[in-house]
Amino acid sequence: MAQTDYTYAVARIRFKETALLSDSDYDILLSASDAQTCIRNLKDKGWGGNAENDSAEDLISFEENNLWSFMTEIVQDKSIFNFILVKNDFHNLKVAIKCVTRDVKPDDMLIQNAVTSPELVFDAVSKREYQRLPEYLSETARYAMSTLLSTSDGQLCDMIVDRMCLSHIFHLKEIYDSDIIKLFCELTVASSDIKIAVRCAKTKKSLDFIKKALVPCDSLNIEKLAQSASSGYDSIIEYLSTTEYKSAVNALNDSMSAFEKWCDDYMTEILKPQKWEPFSIGPVIGYLVAKQNEIKAVRMILSAKINHIDDLLIRERLRKSYV
Amino acid sequence: MSDFLANNGGVFFALLGAAFATFFAGIGSAIGVGKAGIAAAGVLSEDPSKFGKVLIFQLLPATQGIYGLLVAFLIMSNIGIIGDPVEITGLQGLLYFAASLPIAFSGLFSAIHQGNCSVAAIGTVAKKEDQMGKALILPAMVETYAILALLISILAIFGINAM
Repeated sequence: MAQTDYTYAVARIRFKETALLSDSDYDILLSASDAQTCIRNLKDKGWGGNAENDSAEDLISFEENNLWSFMTEIVQDKSIFNFILVKNDFHNLKVAIKCVTRDVKPDDMLIQNAVTSPELVFDAVSKREYQRLPEYLSETARYAMSTLLSTSDGQLCDMIVDRMCLSHIFHLKEIYDSDIIKLFCELTVASSDIKIAVRCAKTKKSLDFIKKALVPCDSLNIEKLAQSASSGYDSIIEYLSTTEYKSAVNALNDSMSAFEKWCDDYMTEILKPQKWEPFSIGPVIGYLVAKQNEIKAVRMILSAKINHIDDLLIRERLRKSYV
Repeated sequence: MSDFLANNGGVFFALLGAAFATFFAGIGSAIGVGKAGIAAAGVLSEDPSKFGKVLIFQLLPATQGIYGLLVAFLIMSNIGIIGDPVEITGLQGLLYFAASLPIAFSGLFSAIHQGNCSVAAIGTVAKKEDQMGKALILPAMVETYAILALLISILAIFGINAM
């Protein structure tokens, strides 16, 4: 991919960064008495625009759509975001396969912000016209659908799609020039492999199944990870202690959500120096990831307020702030 | 060709110097102002109230082009292209050409880098408006080297006159 100048996009991002929620904003949200007070506070910070979004879900979906329309507005080549959006394509493919085989409508389960139109994915899957899908989806769709129909094993179908998704993200790493995108792709695949390995170890899956589920990446030796996962959880921890992910061991010992938080925080720390880059895609990716983390955090806080969950529990799961 | 250079070589080389000063310093300024303009447009699309502030940053790399123009005017007036006709030798022509080089090349590179620096400074002002003064000093530092080059070019031109 040719080097592009992102001067204009970065200048707009600089201004937008000032509107990201800071640690003190999160404190205010957490100390709010209920979800409605949280929503009012968020609206004061510019969330929801001028639209009437009184429910938490409306507010969050408005922000998600707003983020993507902003991102696609500031860069000329929208394919630069494929490494993030492609996950949604594979999610839509899973939804389409499950809905078609169960004869139910997908309603709002399809994610609109994707590389390939979700309607096209659903239509192609429902009519078994896989050739209408892009190359990276067509073979996966055909194979996942035939596996589900022949085995009725939903978990196996999900594994096939997830594996192809991660393989495609790893393949995208080779296409991009940006080091930060390469790193993002690598971390996405590596963290997913670790999660898969841990789940497989806890559910005592066979070595053959684990090998099929894991996707090769540069920062992990998949063969060793698979062997460790088949030996048990402690072996995984032992192996990870010898890799660059040794700082994730404590988080993994805590819980899977603590590990997910570690992954997001690790990425935020890597992205932070990009804030000072005036011409590269780095600040754009940094803002995108930061805003997605912010939306994730707000969703968590609002759900906690609606379900009367203790603030302390949420505070532990809040990601590091990018600003 | 050799007859042409023997009769007009002085004017030719001096005019080439004037062209170099305008051309290279102008290119540098155009690139610098263009880059800063793109960043300024990005900030303005989010906050139009910052127009005055970002305009100053955009104009900073424009000065090199003006310096090149000034040197070109001085050369042209000294060789009689502007004003009264003057007889100049081939050696004088070459000296005028040499005198134009500092602002031509220093103008080119300093304007491009000042433009880059202005882009970064515009980003600073977009985030922290109260840091305008500090942000302005950083690209202004690059100007020093364009001024030094201008000084040498002007001193050289006046020195050639006195020879």
